[in-house]
Amino acid sequence: MPPEERQLLLDDRALARTLHRMAQDILRQTPDPTLLVLIGVQRRGVELAARLAGEARAQSGAEVPRGALDITLYRDDLEVVGPRPLVGPTHLPVDLDGRHAWIVDDVLFTGRTVRAALDELVDFGRPARIGLAVLVDRGGRELPIQADVVGETVPTGSHDRVEVFVKELDGRDAVEVVRGAKVGV
Amino acid sequence: MSPALGKDLLGLEPLCADDIRLILDTAEPFKEISERAIKKVPVLRGKTIVNLFFEASTRTRISFEFAEKRLSADTVNVATAASSVQKGETLVDTARNLEAMRIDMVVIRHGASGAAKFLADRIQSNVINAGDGKHEHPTQALLDLLTIRDRRPIEGSKVCIVGDVLHSRVARSNIWGLLKLGAEVAVCGPQSLLPLGIEQLGVRVFRRIEEAIEWADVLNVLRLQLERMQAGYVPSQREYYRVFGVTLERLERAPRGLLILHPGPMNRGVEIDSRVADGPHSVILNQVTNGVAVRMAVLYLLAGGRPELAEAAKGGPER
Repeated sequence: MPPEERQLLLDDRALARTLHRMAQDILRQTPDPTLLVLIGVQRRGVELAARLAGEARAQSGAEVPRGALDITLYRDDLEVVGPRPLVGPTHLPVDLDGRHAWIVDDVLFTGRTVRAALDELVDFGRPARIGLAVLVDRGGRELPIQADVVGETVPTGSHDRVEVFVKELDGRDAVEVVRGAKVGV
Repeated sequence: MSPALGKDLLGLEPLCADDIRLILDTAEPFKEISERAIKKVPVLRGKTIVNLFFEASTRTRISFEFAEKRLSADTVNVATAASSVQKGETLVDTARNLEAMRIDMVVIRHGASGAAKFLADRIQSNVINAGDGKHEHPTQALLDLLTIRDRRPIEGSKVCIVGDVLHSRVARSNIWGLLKLGAEVAVCGPQSLLPLGIEQLGVRVFRRIEEAIEWADVLNVLRLQLERMQAGYVPSQREYYRVFGVTLERLERAPRGLLILHPGPMNRGVEIDSRVADGPHSVILNQVTNGVAVRMAVLYLLAGGRPELAEAAKGGPER
């Protein structure tokens, strides 16, 4: 079996530049920055939402509230994943009604997490618009879901992994692609 | 997850400390769901749960029902007064008939110790013990643990259970849970209502409530049941209150951080002074709130995935 191959997709400086540009794109697509709210998907989406909120605040001057969403209880595969995954905290700082809410996640793959996040968000209120911002789009969608803001696009196979590291949790900022060793199923 | 927390939750005695911590940690995010405008998540959608109560209960049954509904399960309540149990059907026949209607979980309260295990051994559905005789009441102890942990680390805390320890499944489950999580445990009550040899579990015994209050960080005050007077365990309610009642006067010298718990329903003026029950030390209503979160956590963890299907679904985490 051939060994795993690890590629650096973004180093810390490239990640910072990417987040800067993503915040610009988010602001461009949000007519009123005072209505903006960034909601990170547990776990690394939460840290990325915090970074983007800082960037967006620096660029627009508006205070950008941010929240955290744990989608575990809205997953469509709980029947098959046992034992049950741990549930993280969900915390939404403001009433979502009329807001421009952005879902922030680290990696967009099948689209099932985003489907769950959309279901969960609408249980909290009725935002005027919901956008999707992801750091890495790795292809492989199983649902008709696309991101409005993408940091980096990288085509991958089902045995590859995209690993996002953030200083707050991992001690360093980086995005790496691990090309899977397995061939076929 | 260890095999102890598998199909059923029958008591805290068979669980290890990590199992108990897993349930308490899982309860944390569930607290927030009850604060939402729409108090519902879809995680148990399509699951059918039967609440099978062979003994009267208001708080526990309602708490389980809220927990089940907030996880989107479909629930049916069976109370014995209106069921075929009155016609002499056995416990196992009742359960098998329910199971033939394709249910997923049973929450059972029964007057006989061991009833929950008896049932769990005979049906495939998950069984949760909501109190069996004098044996265990695990979800009550779990909500007590969560309520203590909200305010202070359980490890090293001195917890005294006051009252009718002999007949109390709440006391038994609490003792197991507290000891496993590293608390110091004591009991206090009339000698007639304390089990012989309880010291062998590593539990201290206080004969005087004043000493218990002086020692404890947490008092868990048990309900004194009227039947105990009739059976001659205690001379009278007034006598009990005079000797063992947790009164405001007795708390005068207690530290500010002392926590007072009570599993309810309270006999105000028998085991607890009204001014204490409604006072600053009391976390009795926090217990009720935490009860829903703890039961949601247990339901979520037991409803579990099916590992045999996990293999087929492999291919990385969903994104």
